[in-house]
Amino acid sequence: MGMTLTQKILASHAGLDSVKPGQLINAKLDLVLGNDITTPVAINELNKNDISSVFDKDRIAIVLDHFVPNKDIKAAEQSKQCREFACSHCISHFYDVGKMGIEHALLPEQGVVTAGDCIIGADSHTCTYGALGAFSTGVGSTDMAAGMATGQAWFKVPSAIKFELKNSLNKNCSGKDVILTIIGMIGVDGALYKSMEFTGEGVKSLSMDDRLCICNMAIEAGAKNGIFPVDQTTLNYLNGRSERQPVIFEADADAEYEKVIEIDLSKIVPTVSCPHLPENTHPADELEDIKIDQVVIGSCTNGRMEDMETAYRILKGKKVADSVRCIIIPATMNIMRECSERGYITAFIDAGAVVSTPTCGPCLGGYMGILAKGERCISTTNRNFVGRMGHVESEVYLASPATAAASALTGHITCPKED
Amino acid sequence: MNTKGKVFKYPDNVDTDVIIPARYLNTSDANELTKHCMEDIDPEFINNVKKGDVMVAGWNFGCGSSREHAPLVIKTAGTGCVIAKSFARIFYRNSINIGLPILECPEAADAINAGDEVEVNFDTGVITDITTSKTFQAQPFPEFIQNIISKGGLLASLKEDK
Repeated sequence: MGMTLTQKILASHAGLDSVKPGQLINAKLDLVLGNDITTPVAINELNKNDISSVFDKDRIAIVLDHFVPNKDIKAAEQSKQCREFACSHCISHFYDVGKMGIEHALLPEQGVVTAGDCIIGADSHTCTYGALGAFSTGVGSTDMAAGMATGQAWFKVPSAIKFELKNSLNKNCSGKDVILTIIGMIGVDGALYKSMEFTGEGVKSLSMDDRLCICNMAIEAGAKNGIFPVDQTTLNYLNGRSERQPVIFEADADAEYEKVIEIDLSKIVPTVSCPHLPENTHPADELEDIKIDQVVIGSCTNGRMEDMETAYRILKGKKVADSVRCIIIPATMNIMRECSERGYITAFIDAGAVVSTPTCGPCLGGYMGILAKGERCISTTNRNFVGRMGHVESEVYLASPATAAASALTGHITCPKED
Repeated sequence: MNTKGKVFKYPDNVDTDVIIPARYLNTSDANELTKHCMEDIDPEFINNVKKGDVMVAGWNFGCGSSREHAPLVIKTAGTGCVIAKSFARIFYRNSINIGLPILECPEAADAINAGDEVEVNFDTGVITDITTSKTFQAQPFPEFIQNIISKGGLLASLKEDK
């Protein structure tokens, strides 16, 4: 029986000729990742078990991104604990304020992750790197600790759902609308324990930022990972950036999938996930009477350069509605610098938006945009659970940067125009 | 290994944000975090839970973030076991790694009521609702997972293997 792309990567990292769904394997890891919330728990675990060394100081990435610049004293203590650990183990990929970015935007940008990798990260959105043709999945802090100690992790080999993409997106749509549509279709546990493998002739029409956004939210369908095949777009992105030689794997022609779902990209419309589950999707143009108090454009899902370009295209020369607070967060310092050089930041400020240095802050209700009782936010982030961005009676609507920016101008959910 | 206690019942798709809201994740201290366990979905849980009590929930329990703080606060609160129709995969993995017993059993999740007295045997997977005298069979943990749990978690099991 042939193997899926995910199974091929896992077999190779387990030193096996082939694997099948359900098989338990031990795989070598190319990178182990943690952030300022999950790394302290991993460090505590290592200490508790008297483990004082790491498997490879160059294969561990620690990114302070959730609550930095430190939001309060406790957050500062957690950052300090990560900083001291990174320093004592000479961790080469340690990213502190000034160098940091939101981890899943930063690591691809910096070339720390590449095609063919097997990666675990103590952050659920670690599945983002599947966009580069890597196997990458979110785990908890204990798995991170074990990964840092041994360079290995156990996995149950997943089966897969194949998404056969065809045609190309309309101009007012992006990767976010694709993944929200898919989650609406299959549900928040529609891919539980499985791989979501994106393939088909439509793949070539999707930019790397679109693919990163799509794989980022695979976890929101319960998936173990999302993955794209490597093509010229991937190679162009990795070229000159990847620290290690990319390794290209391909799914076997006779690979078995649990299900094949065809997605006609040309039929996708601007889509919004209503509270309180990402699967609760509706076309944006059916929600236009919903008034909003806040807009967030950023996060590991949509804080990349193309997202900033989209926000700029819609907001430049216009004014954010008086009733709306619009918060724009470029995901890395490089993206922030590029926004600055291109004049985007001035345009955002002139439009009445605020611009923050990179942080996960508002996405998880940490800081930098917390909602009061009864307030509504349209956000390019990835979760709209009860209390996710603040008060338990606040509401988060998930959308693309285009829909969020268009809504910022009107003060209610607004379908972006095709221009 | 087994647990016996009162049932706290929850719906489908209980996410890690309601199990332990991110606004409290500025500490990794388990006792401090546990004060807020289930706060956004059931503020009374933490005042009422007793050692050995059992959570019973629907599909996809623990969906969302990878925060290990979620199973950790449920365990630290004294919960002896979580029974659900299904678990989100990172939560499932984290529970094993920190030694929180969890069982998948849709029939039990449907039939057991909030407040029932329930006994769970982890070795056999047998769930007994003492209040209604009904029993249910869940799949017990596979051997390699029993090995991790019996050794006291993933890292302890690594240490022993060395």
